Amino acid sequence: MGAEEIPIWHSVLGGALIGAGAAVLVLFNGRVAGISGILGRILQGDVGPGGWRIAFLCGLLLPALLFGPGLGRLEAPWLLLAAAGLLVGFGTRLGSGCTSGHGVCGIANVSPRSLTATGIFIGVAMLTVFLMRHGGVG
Amino acid sequence: MQLISAFVAGLLFGGGLLLSRMTNPQNVLAFLDVAGAWRPALLYTMAAAVAVAFPAFWLARRSRHSWLGLPTDLPDRFRFDLPLIFGSAIFGVGWGLSGVCPGPALLLLSRANGDAITFALALAIGMLGADHWGRRTRVAAPPSPAKAAVN
Repeated sequence: MGAEEIPIWHSVLGGALIGAGAAVLVLFNGRVAGISGILGRILQGDVGPGGWRIAFLCGLLLPALLFGPGLGRLEAPWLLLAAAGLLVGFGTRLGSGCTSGHGVCGIANVSPRSLTATGIFIGVAMLTVFLMRHGGVG
Repeated sequence: MQLISAFVAGLLFGGGLLLSRMTNPQNVLAFLDVAGAWRPALLYTMAAAVAVAFPAFWLARRSRHSWLGLPTDLPDRFRFDLPLIFGSAIFGVGWGLSGVCPGPALLLLSRANGDAITFALALAIGMLGADHWGRRTRVAAPPSPAKAAVN
């Protein structure tokens, strides 16, 4: 099970759609399309004015529900997944953002704060993968 | 109206994630594996997303209200603090271990396989834990004039 050959137009058009989603949310709703922020707030029972966070989440999940087989698979030892999930959840809330909030919206907003966060999480993730795959760990 | 625009925004975002194939953890890990068979696809996706969102944020920064008349609620761009640094580093470890960040974690749930559910449950617990801990430390600390980052 390895990485797929992804046609470049998939990468670019997919990215453009993600950016368009972020653009619609900030222009119409005045909000940042950060998944960890939206999910974290919903988990605290804060669905936002009118419940906009729920509406966003419904839209987000609909394509996957319709075209599920395109998703790829998550397969790893459960302990690793549980640990990784905890770290991703804790880290994104503590750092107030993830790949979408800091990586896409923050950088598009020319935010030095988000640029710093993105540099840190990509750098640390690369280091983690290096240690796991080439460093004799795991 | 705000529900329709939020739904459409989510739809575009979710469709884009799916099309870019970044829901597949192996494709993300291939980008993170700089010493292996490195693949730049995630970079193309992110660059395209930033390029499209950039003019929208440029406009949004210049107005206190959105096109629907809602208040523009953008986070502080220049505040640097330890939670930002440590939180991002902790996220990076989890992302490197799994190749999954919060968006794809939710999309993968639609397959309803055990591994996706395990990850999503742990994700939710981690988020609630961080917010609970954050509230406690904020209560202990003197009130800060800086608005809590909403992202």
